[in-house]
Amino acid sequence: MLGEGLLKGLAVTAKNFAASYVSAERLTTVQYPEERIAPIEATRDFPFLVYDGEDWEAGLRCVACQICEKECPPKCIYIEKSKDKKPDFVGKMQIYPARFDIDISVCMSCQICVEVCPFEAIKMDTEFELSTTDRFGGLLHDRRALAKSNGHYRKIHPTEAGEVDARRAGEKAKAEAKAKLDAEAAAAKAAAAAKTAEPPAGAGD
Amino acid sequence: MIDKLDQIFVLFEHWLLGYLPAFWRQPAGVLVNVVAIIAVFPTLMAISVWLERKGLGRMQNRLGPNRVGPFGLLQPVADGLKSLTKEDIVPRNADAAVHFLAPLVLLVAAFMGFAVIPMGRNMVLVEMDAGLLFYFSMGAATELSVFMAGWSSRNKYSLLGAMRAVAQMVSYEVPLLLSSVVVVMISGSLSLTKIVEAQNQYTGVFPHWYVFTPWGLAAFVIFIVAATAETNRSPFDLPEGESELVAGYFTEYSGFKFALFFLGEYVGMLSVAALGATLFLGGWSAPFSFLGWVPSWIWFFSKVMLSICVFIWLRGTMPRLRQDQLMNFAWKFVLPISLLNVLVAAAWRFLGGGWPQWVVCTLILALAYVGLGWGGMRRKRFGPRRYRYAE
Amino acid sequence: MSQLQSHSATAHEKPESQKLEGWNQPMELQPDGEAEILEVAMGPHHPSTHGVFRMDVALDGERVIRLKPVFGYLHRNHEKLGEGQSYLASMPYTDRLDYICSLTNNWAYALAVEKLTGQAVPERAEYLRVIVGELTRVQNHASSIGFLIQDMGASGTPLMYAFREREKILDLFEELTGARMMCNYMRFGGCRVDATQSWLDRTRKLVGELPAFADEFETLLCTNEILMARTQGVGILKPELAVNAGVTGPMLRASGVNYDIRKVDHYGIYDRFNFQVPLGDHWDVYDRFMIRLLELRESLKILEQALKEIPEGPVMDPKAKIRGFRPKPGEAYGRIEAPKGELGFYLISDGSPNPYRYRVRPPSLVNLTILEDMCLGNNVADVVLILGSVDIVLGEVDR
Repeated sequence: MLGEGLLKGLAVTAKNFAASYVSAERLTTVQYPEERIAPIEATRDFPFLVYDGEDWEAGLRCVACQICEKECPPKCIYIEKSKDKKPDFVGKMQIYPARFDIDISVCMSCQICVEVCPFEAIKMDTEFELSTTDRFGGLLHDRRALAKSNGHYRKIHPTEAGEVDARRAGEKAKAEAKAKLDAEAAAAKAAAAAKTAEPPAGAGD
Repeated sequence: MIDKLDQIFVLFEHWLLGYLPAFWRQPAGVLVNVVAIIAVFPTLMAISVWLERKGLGRMQNRLGPNRVGPFGLLQPVADGLKSLTKEDIVPRNADAAVHFLAPLVLLVAAFMGFAVIPMGRNMVLVEMDAGLLFYFSMGAATELSVFMAGWSSRNKYSLLGAMRAVAQMVSYEVPLLLSSVVVVMISGSLSLTKIVEAQNQYTGVFPHWYVFTPWGLAAFVIFIVAATAETNRSPFDLPEGESELVAGYFTEYSGFKFALFFLGEYVGMLSVAALGATLFLGGWSAPFSFLGWVPSWIWFFSKVMLSICVFIWLRGTMPRLRQDQLMNFAWKFVLPISLLNVLVAAAWRFLGGGWPQWVVCTLILALAYVGLGWGGMRRKRFGPRRYRYAE
Repeated sequence: MSQLQSHSATAHEKPESQKLEGWNQPMELQPDGEAEILEVAMGPHHPSTHGVFRMDVALDGERVIRLKPVFGYLHRNHEKLGEGQSYLASMPYTDRLDYICSLTNNWAYALAVEKLTGQAVPERAEYLRVIVGELTRVQNHASSIGFLIQDMGASGTPLMYAFREREKILDLFEELTGARMMCNYMRFGGCRVDATQSWLDRTRKLVGELPAFADEFETLLCTNEILMARTQGVGILKPELAVNAGVTGPMLRASGVNYDIRKVDHYGIYDRFNFQVPLGDHWDVYDRFMIRLLELRESLKILEQALKEIPEGPVMDPKAKIRGFRPKPGEAYGRIEAPKGELGFYLISDGSPNPYRYRVRPPSLVNLTILEDMCLGNNVADVVLILGSVDIVLGEVDR
């Protein structure tokens, strides 16, 4: 019968109209900025540099290997190495970035820098409300603006941060064990060297 | 007391006019009524705009505007202010006088129709014996304004759009008139007040509204279809469609004149809804006899707003018809059915009371509708299809 | 070579085998009589051209007698950029080709590089690829139908319903890959990150609810008389012309040609799944959008099966290198059945870390070449509908 399809269509629309008052599924508006959707853990927006402990300069994990700068597809990272070194989380002396700039107007949030970093130093943040009236400078984030603590990383990506911390704790334990073994071996060698150096002094007379 | 509530506006007007000397009462009364209509219907138009945006939103699983005022009620005010502050551009080689007059003609013609519609008991501006005739002649003037708009813009595309719009409006005038003629035949009068009074009777609880008879229902459906096409509403809004080649006859209008066209379209919608309510839905009469205590003007305005909601519902659901399909539909389907409806109404009169008139009329109309529909779809080879899958 | 020779020598004497239907016929209809020809440019600013796209249309009254598509407004040098950066760095750029279906773009590129390097992909990664690929297909087909109806003037109601479902799928993508649209998920040798059990459960739940949405969509649209009147018999594409023009995807299947790369190439693990390929018999706009709806249902079937059978295991071969690798000199063409058609990546390697030539075969562009033939003789109001039924995304057309 002519008009049957139209009437069925009208029925569907009327059903949606009525249901939008009673069911949340049929009214999907979230009134931003007063309401927000619950953030999803794996979200990635722009990168940030992780530091351990309280002092951001001393605890910065980045060793300026420049792998992320090389792999970044739009080339939005700019790194300058430092002249001196500072100890990292296992005690080894590493260089650090004197300058680490990310231009977030160029960054496309692809997360390749995070994937290729061997030192878990750069991770993805979840903040997107970064608009500013300063068109060029305001969107160029330097080392200070990018450095955020490990506590912040744990807050925004708990699962990932848990895995990273476990891995790093494992490495630290291994490094400490190795250091202890090395120290014992060095002590034993020093003791042996001292013993072979002694007899000439006592064997005379 | 209930009587007083029903006649509250009439009594208020009498009280006001009591302060004037007797000579001035008649013209002042007319003036007061005119001012009332000019105040009420644009407010209703603002409410319809708000209803449309919220209604379409809810049908599409979203909220409509809700930031301007509580529940977005001041959105039409914001839209009006916005259009007032925009620059009024008139093309250089446009016909300036006609360009200026077109929206005014539209508005005047749209408002004139309200003069003869009874909005409550004893609440009609002008008591005319040929009220329906007056209404339709004013309605034809709106088509003139559409053509004036297209012509004066001196723009090839606007002219094309205007001619298509006028062709559409003219071809749907005929079914509109024929469906009203049926009502005139049965009620025996062209006066809208008498038509409403004829429907204001009750058998038991149920009213004698014409929509509850087979010919009345058919006429009402034809009326709604033709009214949607007359006011260029979806699914017949190709002349003003956004994804169309040109924006139609009001391409060259900006600022307040554009807002006036918009106002004119909605006032036209309200006007035709008011006529539909008067002719088929009993005007100001109550749906059940025990509800007669509710004031008559409340019934009238609720019926008008209900029709507006139906228009919005249609807009939210249906895609647009192409111009040639719309014209084909008018001349090859709607017109024959409306002519048949006239015959059926005559048969109704002829068969007298009792069940034969119901059965015969319903049967004739149903068969005609199904047959014509089936024939039309068959000829064009439209229809749902079954699909095969590859092996 | 012989074709070139014969072309220049005796241009009017072609052997029967080379007379392709529609190719060397004049591309215009002649206007009847002394009618004035109206030349209109539709776009690039147009509400219905699906992006920045222009069509130069010549009209005789309401009939289209000539139509030339003009594109390139969104050209972003994708292929040249690919030559200057490593294989891994091109992966996020492939997201932005057909920006609605980023995961299938990733898959095609990963397939091409895996062919070039000979890399194998673990089982679980293959299943995950199928799952996200079919989810992408579902949301693409729903949106495409929604856009088509929006162009027809239904004030966006079916579009809003399609987007409601699409939002749920995009939320799943965000949980898995980190981003809603620019997913950057596939890697050479597997997927970047594994899916948790709770993600799989949520996906199962969503796939259980989606058939109800497909039913609602069908009820709203498929028997709607106005829709049928506007789309049936409009924009007919004959099968021979479609095959000769290189049209692929739902457009080809709506013209009755049984060619689905998932069935032809058996790439990935598609031969383990039980699904059918719908075909159209009337070759018009209605068929194209119904085929998309039916394919949506078939994708839901594949999803159910994949979610049931997905094994445990790694999602990336531990020995696979994703950066700093130098594939041996050679070439590879990796193609998949993307939601829009056959998406192919052709890579030539010269032994260096960057490709020597990086070429994308965009399905939308190749499908657009036949737009004029479909629109000739039709009403100008139908041009918008026919364009909508081709389902183009300008990011892919222009790269």
